[in-house]
Amino acid sequence: MQKIGVFVCWCGSNIAQTVDVQAVSDALAKEPGVVYSTNYQYMCSEAGQNLIKDAVKEYGLTGVVICSCSPRMHEATFRKAVASVGLNPYMLEVANIREQCSWIHKDKAVGTEKAIIMGRAAIAKVMLNTPLQAGESPVTKRALVIGGGIAGIQTALDIAEAGFDVDIVEKNPTIGGKMTQIDKTFPTLDCAACILTPKMVDCAQNEKIHIYSYSEVAEVKGFVGNFSVKINKKARYVDENKCTGCGECTTKCPMKNVPNEFNLGMDNRRAIYIPFAQAVPKVATIDPNYCNMLKNGKCGLCAKVCGAGAIDYKQKDQIVEEKYGAIVVATGYNPIKLDKFDEFGYSLSKDVISSLEFERLTNAAGPTSGTLLRPSDGKHPHTIVFVQCVGSRDTSGCGKPYCSKICCMYTAKHAMLTREKYPDTDVYVFYIDVRSPGKNYDEFYRRAVEQYGVHYIKGMVGKVAPRADGKILVQASDLLAGDQLHIEADLVVLAAAIEPDKTARPLATMLTASMDTNDFFTEAHAKLRPVESPTAGIFLSGACQGPKDIPDTVSQASAAAAKVIGLLVKDKLTTNPCTAQPNEMMCNGCSSCEKVCPYGAITYVDKEFRMPDRTTRVRRVASVNPAVCQGCGACTVACPSGAMDLKGFSNSQIMAEVDAICQM
Amino acid sequence: MSNVNEFKPKIVAFCCNWCSYAGADLAGTNRLSYPADVKIIRVPCSCRVNPMFILRAFQRGADGVILCGCHPGDCHYTTGNYYARRRMTLLFSMLDFLGIEKERTRVEWVSAAEGAKFAATMNDFVATVTALGENKRLEDLRCKE
Repeated sequence: MQKIGVFVCWCGSNIAQTVDVQAVSDALAKEPGVVYSTNYQYMCSEAGQNLIKDAVKEYGLTGVVICSCSPRMHEATFRKAVASVGLNPYMLEVANIREQCSWIHKDKAVGTEKAIIMGRAAIAKVMLNTPLQAGESPVTKRALVIGGGIAGIQTALDIAEAGFDVDIVEKNPTIGGKMTQIDKTFPTLDCAACILTPKMVDCAQNEKIHIYSYSEVAEVKGFVGNFSVKINKKARYVDENKCTGCGECTTKCPMKNVPNEFNLGMDNRRAIYIPFAQAVPKVATIDPNYCNMLKNGKCGLCAKVCGAGAIDYKQKDQIVEEKYGAIVVATGYNPIKLDKFDEFGYSLSKDVISSLEFERLTNAAGPTSGTLLRPSDGKHPHTIVFVQCVGSRDTSGCGKPYCSKICCMYTAKHAMLTREKYPDTDVYVFYIDVRSPGKNYDEFYRRAVEQYGVHYIKGMVGKVAPRADGKILVQASDLLAGDQLHIEADLVVLAAAIEPDKTARPLATMLTASMDTNDFFTEAHAKLRPVESPTAGIFLSGACQGPKDIPDTVSQASAAAAKVIGLLVKDKLTTNPCTAQPNEMMCNGCSSCEKVCPYGAITYVDKEFRMPDRTTRVRRVASVNPAVCQGCGACTVACPSGAMDLKGFSNSQIMAEVDAICQM
Repeated sequence: MSNVNEFKPKIVAFCCNWCSYAGADLAGTNRLSYPADVKIIRVPCSCRVNPMFILRAFQRGADGVILCGCHPGDCHYTTGNYYARRRMTLLFSMLDFLGIEKERTRVEWVSAAEGAKFAATMNDFVATVTALGENKRLEDLRCKE
């Protein structure tokens, strides 16, 4: 005979305001099997937990129902509490009367009635719960970081520092990411390369870190502690181990007109190239789309000049399979394409550029060696207009509904640096709002306005029209003065919104990690678990989770590393005990369950059964490996004889819930 | 409850733990309301929902049953929602034969980030079922005393 205790939480006023908690605990006290029912202000507090523990001991409870917030929030807390007084933690059910009741209903009578029904369903289920024992699975003490930008680099360095092996998979020929393209960093104006490249070198030299550059994740299998990942090492047609990075080939290659992606196509590179001087690994890569030798078998010049004999035109993509305990996603961001924003004339004039292009134009390693020159005629611009929020905070569907977060600050930086280097330049910034929260950020922005005399104008730019004489006419409104402005600019810089990298969506599917509607990875809890994905063993680092500047990215990267280290130091993980279990007497060995199992957890064994006439017969029956089973339940429905059931979510338990809800 | 005689449908919503249940939680966190007629049952995956559960609900007097899972391709267990989709397509094609209007059932994909979609889906489903009225066509004779 079950003895059930019911505990109704007020959650301060969160539940108590729209649910009559006393009425709920009184009503549920009358349910068959319930021997104790009470309510309390905060069940999750120490006093609340003690209340539960004392009741378990005093009434000898065999099952507990907590009517409170979502089980996704505190189920683990309450399970731990009852386990501490000797009750099996799986003899507990949570009725979600906050997120799914009190917060969505305003009428107290309605909320109370629904809470009682939800409580009844939980009681009906817990009556059929059975004690479950969590198993154990080993942990592979190696981590995978996907993406080798500043986020991935920081995470990898921190994990390696703790003594664990870590692999970085980077799709580009070098690690470093977007930060390598940036000139200076706000708010301190240190040079991005000076603070980033030492970290890149650290990665290359650290014996715990292995870099798979020019590689992509092709397949992910397994689960927390036991991931098996296939990495596709794309053919770079250069033997990484032989190439010394001397760069001789990159000066001899006759294909000179390949758009240089590092400088966003503002200058050209060769078909064989090293992205930039400080690339890690410093190894040449042949671009198969442009190489004559690879396209039609004529040339072979690079092989002739290579002293190390590193060129290998026959190199093929190679699949490497590795095992990992944890995976960190650090796939970063990209500025959006601006061709949808014709009012800003991006595709109409070479002198309308994106902020990242502006960054390259001011960078000493950029196409103009750091001299700010107009891309069209190479002249020095005297009037520059910066347009903020291009595609950000845009609910029209053209752009992104969110704030890209970094644009206000980098535009202040661009404006300030321009005025510092070229005091004869007029700089205008059009903004909707200037958002500068962050340590020393507002001071930085104010310096641009007060000390450097940048013209900040609150207002929208309506149209950017290139004129035949080379000037660009900018029509805008000054909202504060109520004026229409016409500015003849030499250069227009658009602060493009940022979006998650295109590889993130297919990767999320491989990892079964969830994403929001903007393709940013979702965190397990917006406030309390910001660097973990809801999928166990998957962690988030940097802008793949939401727009972030460098300081935020680095903090989050280290936080993700701390979480990974916390996982990898464990020798064993407790596994989910809610696994499938066949009733061998009913199983006829038909293989239906095996076919639908995504984990290959089901095998068949020959088992001896005693027959009624005392003879024995050997029959083939299903057998579930609980360490591999993840408890989805696909097999339970596929089983034609109803032999397969799922512990914790059994057929009878779910039916009991259905009955309780429909009974009303 | 303004009108006692007003028809209030009984609606069972099966939600997968990883996407739709979290989506329902998000709807709550954002205080997006939907009718209290919807009662949610948490299942690990939409593929855990046996068609028998849905028939049982109708047998016991439910007026509508909705199944919510991760978007196709985003299943936490890789392929579960594909199985659910196929099984429900089969079941729904038989419902008319069993005496239940097809509109009383639905499969919807709601991600953990789609609180607004969850609330909108439930509002719409409750409106549809309310318009259909009470589910009189299937009765569990065993329940009659």
